[in-house]
Amino acid sequence: MNNTLFTNARLIDPETGTDSPGWLHVSDGRIATRGEGAAPALEAQVVDCGGQCLAPGIVDIGVKVCEPGERHKESYKSAGLAAAAGGVTTIVTRPDTSPAIDTPESLEFVTRRAQADAPVNVLPMAALTKGREGREMTEIGFLQDAGAVAFTDCDHVIANTKVFSRALTYARACGALVIAHPQEPILSNGAAATSGKFAVLRGLPAVSPMAERMGLDRDIALLEMTGATYHADQITTARALPALERAKRNGLDITAGTSIHHLTLNELDVADYRTFFKVKPPLRSEDDRQAVIEAVRTGLIDTISSMHTPQDEESKRLPFEEAASGAVALETLLPAALRLYHVGQLDLPTLFRSMALNPAKRLGLGSGRLSEGAPADLVLFDPDVPFVLDRFSLKSKSQNTPFDGQRMQGKVTATFVAGQEVYRRP
Amino acid sequence: MRFAHRHLLGIEHLSQSDITAILDLAEKYVDMNRQSTKHSDVLSGLTQINMFFENSTRTQASFEIAGKRLGADVMNMAMQASSIKKGETLIDTAMTLNAMHPDLLVVRHPHSGAVDLLAQKVNCALLNAGDGKHEHPTQALLDALTIRRAKGRLHRLNIAICGDVAHSRVARSNLILLGKMENRIRLIGPPTLLPSQFAEFGAEIYDDMNEGLKDVDVVMMLRLQKERMDGGFIPSEREYYHRYGLDAAKLAQAKPDAIVMHPGPMNRGVEIDGTLADDINRSVIQEQVEMGVAVRMAAMELLARNLREAA
Repeated sequence: MNNTLFTNARLIDPETGTDSPGWLHVSDGRIATRGEGAAPALEAQVVDCGGQCLAPGIVDIGVKVCEPGERHKESYKSAGLAAAAGGVTTIVTRPDTSPAIDTPESLEFVTRRAQADAPVNVLPMAALTKGREGREMTEIGFLQDAGAVAFTDCDHVIANTKVFSRALTYARACGALVIAHPQEPILSNGAAATSGKFAVLRGLPAVSPMAERMGLDRDIALLEMTGATYHADQITTARALPALERAKRNGLDITAGTSIHHLTLNELDVADYRTFFKVKPPLRSEDDRQAVIEAVRTGLIDTISSMHTPQDEESKRLPFEEAASGAVALETLLPAALRLYHVGQLDLPTLFRSMALNPAKRLGLGSGRLSEGAPADLVLFDPDVPFVLDRFSLKSKSQNTPFDGQRMQGKVTATFVAGQEVYRRP
Repeated sequence: MRFAHRHLLGIEHLSQSDITAILDLAEKYVDMNRQSTKHSDVLSGLTQINMFFENSTRTQASFEIAGKRLGADVMNMAMQASSIKKGETLIDTAMTLNAMHPDLLVVRHPHSGAVDLLAQKVNCALLNAGDGKHEHPTQALLDALTIRRAKGRLHRLNIAICGDVAHSRVARSNLILLGKMENRIRLIGPPTLLPSQFAEFGAEIYDDMNEGLKDVDVVMMLRLQKERMDGGFIPSEREYYHRYGLDAAKLAQAKPDAIVMHPGPMNRGVEIDGTLADDINRSVIQEQVEMGVAVRMAAMELLARNLREAA
């Protein structure tokens, strides 16, 4: 099996919160040993990192791959290549395909496709209710046996609290993680922007940021009632943070994520109705963005995801209200996150705590860290190399990125899954 | 005077001098339109297409008359009845028309930003005839011309915009235009139809109409946009009329020479008293319609000049 020695590296270790020069030895797909300073002489293939950063590969919860149903937007092959190029070594896929992944059979289809085509680890999630319709829970036990790592109806909020509380109770008995989209569904119905001066100026239907807090408050109450294991997919507003903080302090089994777009863009970026900036929930105010960055820094928000959502040109070339939501981000996740590093808001260990260690922990994976015995899922990147993003250079089948034409800094040099190189920048 | 815009998408993009240029030229057309022979050839040889994705009688007629009086070849397309029903996208429809080489495209669309989207795709000059809840620039310009003629100036006036501000593109365009011309603007309406964020545009917000109308020079009423509401903004039309409908008693709060405006079509007895709307001493509603044709002629002429220069 493989036996590789990474020398002359800048090791980013989210477990110890350190960012220091060193070496790392990989054997049989796992991290064997590591150390500071100059590497010892070992019988191994040597990869000289040239002082670049070596970090645990990104574990991205909430990636949409459009199989089955819309393979022209993204396949397991294209998503896998995009992930590898973006330093994402594990994608945790969403069940909001058409049809939804809500039976063991459809989950097995996804697993087969992923194993055949994707060069990175693919862990599928399954729907919490049949057809994501919020009426009947799925076969949570069978789906777990088939490999579902979490259960979510994605952006469909289960409005019926009776259905949701039963699903949470049943999931608790199975030890299953439930991921929800905290949003008051009636208040946010039809919204394309966050209410505020910008939405008023552009005449767009808008939702108050309060809808997120109301959704989170409800979910927290249901967690108190059921004791389930819960992760909020995206917390994007300042007003939701105190509720999250209280819930954690009260000992509920709750974690929360946010999306890279809400960390790096705000509502004004929509400018003249640029539909590539239409995401769900909508981009927020600058005050909200700053509050969310601070929550990532303190660890109140646990994870950062790409919320990779491929959309074809047809579904985006429409008036803003009619256009589809979502943006591709597997390849831009790391460079966009590095913006927060370059402006001095988040250091690299904190970024990789949110993008690798915490998501891995939440899913019970051994990856996301540089400790001995962990899977050798690694990303080697140069945090400083500048470039202008050309969306047509992306490996995704869909190129709906809000970062098109923007200056970015930091590129992946190589990506390794279980010690095997799955991507190297040409 | 150079009008440095390819399209007329919204008031947001215009400067004070752009606005004055359109109004000054429009004055000329007001005179022309009052003569028995009302024809000019400034748009002769140009093709104007009116694409209305949303029902309109007066705005479409106004644009059509404006184009015809200036000698353009005018065509109306009722888009609701056509290819949209067959599933064609907005951009494809526009590209199809674009291939027929129109020079002026007048577009109304139910979604905010739809006209901005088209502007990225077509070669001709685009006039926004109203997009969703965003802008309706020619309405704001015709309102400005009406005010300027009635009051002798378009600055340092106290202007109240009353009613369904939330759903109104007319209110947004007027708010921007009248603000650019340095007027003091009050917005009056029930808070469900008047989001507090409008205060950030420098307007004063009132939910009491009697208080809001005190000493204003201009009272602009808005139509209650029942078709844009998904329910529950006001308890009933009669309560709305009682609290926010303009009648003689409420108007008495305004200056004695205050004028009353309405973009039409009116809901008589809902936002405005019928008798008051017809009172030629106070209401300038008919003049607004007249100014509409002149302002649209002026806007099209300025855009056409740029087209001819570019050719």
